[in-house]
Amino acid sequence: MALPPPDPQFVLRGTGAAVHTLHFSCRGGESDVPILFSGSENGFIHVWNLKTHRVDTALDGHGRKSVYCVETMDGKDRLLSQGRDQRICLWDLAEGRTSVMDSVFTENVGFCRCSLLKVAEGRWLMAVAAKALEEVQVLELPSKTSVCTLKPEVGAKLGMPMCLKLWQLNCSSQPLLLAGYEDGSVVLWNLTMGKALSQLVCHQEPVMSLDFDSAKAKGISGSSEKVLSIWSLNEQQNLQVYKTHSLVNAGISDIAIRPDKKIFATAGWDHRIRIFGWKKLKPLAVLDYHTATVHSVSFSDHKNPSERLLAAGSKDHRISIWSIYTQT
Amino acid sequence: VCFIPGGLDCSISFVSHVLGKVCVQGGQKEILSVLVPRLTDLTKSDCIWQRICWRLVECVPDRWMEAVVLGFVQRAPGADVLSRLLGNLVVKNKKAQFVVTQKMLLLQYGHTTAVLQNLLGYLSLDSLRRAFLIKVLQELLETWGSSSAVKHSPPEQQHYISKAILICLSHLKEPEIESCRQELLTSMMEGVKCHLDSSLPQIRRLGMIVAESISSKINTDGPVLKFQYEEDDETRELKSFLMQPLPSCVVPSLPDDDRNEKADAALPLVLKSNEKSHAAAPVMPDEESDVELDSDDDLIPYDMSEDRELKTKTPLYIRDCIEVLTSGEDVDKWEAAVKALESLIRKNPAATREVSVELAKILLHLEEKTCIEGFVELRQRAQVAVLTTDPIPVAKYLTSQFYSLNYSLRQRMDILDVLVLAAQELSCPKSHEKTKQSGAQKPCIQLLPKSDSSEDWKRIVDERIKSKTRRFATGQSQAELASSPNEFNSVAGHFFFPLIQHFDRPLTTFDLLGEDHFVLGRLVHALAILMYLAINTVAVTAMGKALLEFVWALRFHTDSYVRQGLLSCVSSILHSVPTERLLEDVTEELLETLSWLGDVVEKDPDGDCRRLALQNLLLMENLKKKLQTVPS
Repeated sequence: MALPPPDPQFVLRGTGAAVHTLHFSCRGGESDVPILFSGSENGFIHVWNLKTHRVDTALDGHGRKSVYCVETMDGKDRLLSQGRDQRICLWDLAEGRTSVMDSVFTENVGFCRCSLLKVAEGRWLMAVAAKALEEVQVLELPSKTSVCTLKPEVGAKLGMPMCLKLWQLNCSSQPLLLAGYEDGSVVLWNLTMGKALSQLVCHQEPVMSLDFDSAKAKGISGSSEKVLSIWSLNEQQNLQVYKTHSLVNAGISDIAIRPDKKIFATAGWDHRIRIFGWKKLKPLAVLDYHTATVHSVSFSDHKNPSERLLAAGSKDHRISIWSIYTQT
Repeated sequence: VCFIPGGLDCSISFVSHVLGKVCVQGGQKEILSVLVPRLTDLTKSDCIWQRICWRLVECVPDRWMEAVVLGFVQRAPGADVLSRLLGNLVVKNKKAQFVVTQKMLLLQYGHTTAVLQNLLGYLSLDSLRRAFLIKVLQELLETWGSSSAVKHSPPEQQHYISKAILICLSHLKEPEIESCRQELLTSMMEGVKCHLDSSLPQIRRLGMIVAESISSKINTDGPVLKFQYEEDDETRELKSFLMQPLPSCVVPSLPDDDRNEKADAALPLVLKSNEKSHAAAPVMPDEESDVELDSDDDLIPYDMSEDRELKTKTPLYIRDCIEVLTSGEDVDKWEAAVKALESLIRKNPAATREVSVELAKILLHLEEKTCIEGFVELRQRAQVAVLTTDPIPVAKYLTSQFYSLNYSLRQRMDILDVLVLAAQELSCPKSHEKTKQSGAQKPCIQLLPKSDSSEDWKRIVDERIKSKTRRFATGQSQAELASSPNEFNSVAGHFFFPLIQHFDRPLTTFDLLGEDHFVLGRLVHALAILMYLAINTVAVTAMGKALLEFVWALRFHTDSYVRQGLLSCVSSILHSVPTERLLEDVTEELLETLSWLGDVVEKDPDGDCRRLALQNLLLMENLKKKLQTVPS
């Protein structure tokens, strides 16, 4: 007899606007408080203290325009945020400061979240949708120099890039980019040559979100339709569809694979969070708490597995925190 | 140069005289049926015979020229034959010119298509005559574009003129079109306007087809005019005239693909090519994953039975619906409310009666917010449901709104449709299948308003005539239905009289007697149906009298759709008002109507009007006969 799905461990209230993005930072030492960063539609980035469940600081750096991506660079003192004011801000949060160190003006009015990859100590690569419609630009941070611009070939009609993921197999190998586009295809790009290595049409509708497991060379993408598509990367760097999974209600806004690669979570337009096993795509749980579409899911990076959490941010202004499948 | 020897010369003019006299006296058919084939053969290759033939027709005296030319044009098997037979007669002889370019095209309209093609082909075959072709086209376009012609000439004549225009266009060559491009454009614009103003759908269609054809001729490279109308045999036939006639054929019969190609070329096709690379076939999952033992298998799924499709709840109460429809924030709920409304109204009559006028008001102003399938029908059904549940107050509201300011024509016509449908529902016995069969129903969804009520009326009046003659023999076959009280009885007056009240009072935005004669036509048809349904009700005599006076006031209206409606009203009156009452209370009006009907049968330009008037006269005859057979 299956157990009823668990309730959230706690719920964070107080953002005052729809929550679009979440990011945990819980790897600090004993004295450090586990933190959750959340970006909202009113332009604020809230820094949540996960011990007290309250907002420690609220950062206002995007002119009250919606923040749709937050990422940390090396711990909770350096934050990157992307907003609808066409800017990417780099924050310095050490020792209680809340200042914007630097910003990048992307001139892109879309919704594509940027992707960060640390390639060396103090150096990151950031992939971001560029000003021109179908292009993706890769910048090096903190120098803000352009590494390459990835342009699809003429007539490819991919549409806007919808979601990006930079990855590399290990520290010494080439960084690669996976990009999901408006026409439903996922393209694997080689950054050094600026060329597309492989393209796969996974969906009939725009790809809303994707995530990739570089160890197993398997990725998953979700779209506005009812299908989740799992694809793999073979030795020739070609993408192939591995499996598809049909959902009850259409629309996925975010997908996140847990860092231990055991499970993944999807954020749905039907207000529900679904948990699946990553190995065989076994549906594990449907978490029904929110009353509006869930915009973002994120797993925490706790060192201790039993403390791991899943956070979901929704249009109903709430962030639900779940503790699920933490025993493994 | 005529080198016919002197002797033959005299005999030719004699022959011409004979020919002319015979043709004028009516022997056209006989003499020409022999002469024309013979001459066709003789003139096929022989130049001399051609000249003889020309001389023959040229010498016919003027007073008989018309008959001869007419006969030739009608009898010639093709334009080229006609050209051989008549030569340049139209250039040389004034009378022939008048007959060919004016009389046969503008003053007569009974000729067949073949004759038209002969005539216009003949004009186009020689460079001397081509000037006439252009002149003819201009005159035809002038007639086509004049609004009084569109309003007053019979549809058959307008069809004829449109045909002639299309054939002319097909004969014109590029440089000629270039030279008169501007005039073509202006006349096309004026003509289209008059045609689209008309209430009869076939006139509108004719206008659209001709305008499209002209536009395709003058704008061969740019975007062309394209209207939306129903294709049927008539339109296809008309469009086929636009093709260049093949010179070898006698009567050009064009293969279908030619026509299609030309039609396609005229349309600006914007093809969006959605070429997507197809997904690769899914790779079979490796067998190894089954063998691999993984802690993934240890993860126990939770209970997911609650995971079902997300559906918005349909509102269960009418007041909920009203709230949702007026606030309109949540679009899903709004859609659900619109879909559920009709059944809710029917299931809760008491609750509906409390809020009926408010509901009617909301529905009248309800606009499509999201793209629901069948929105117009859903709204109309809900309105009918409200009206039948609480007839008197809602009818009062709707009829008062019909004559109020600031409604669109579409809304006013919706009011009429709803009143008619509700009246039908109220008056018919409870089995709703009969509602469909009664034939008095107007089509529910009318995006392009049609006036096919005239066909329905023909059927009804025919049925009435039939049933009246059978009455004493077998009785009405419909009497077998379970009879239930006619609910329309108590409310007929409320539906009817307010509609008739203010028709002559113009408002700033709505003038029934002026520009909005289309709505007047619909109003008249609606009144006819209401009258028809009011049979056996208490108010029927008063209604009949009022309606007859209404008809009398409007009987000379210029719009033929309105006149058809008026005649339907008369049929309904004759049908519904009991004969005794008709003769006692409505005698003078009846007699006046009788004389008016006689007038219509003889003089009305519209064929449908004449037919309806004839049927009404027949009905009145039947009435008289019935009275005479009943012993007093």
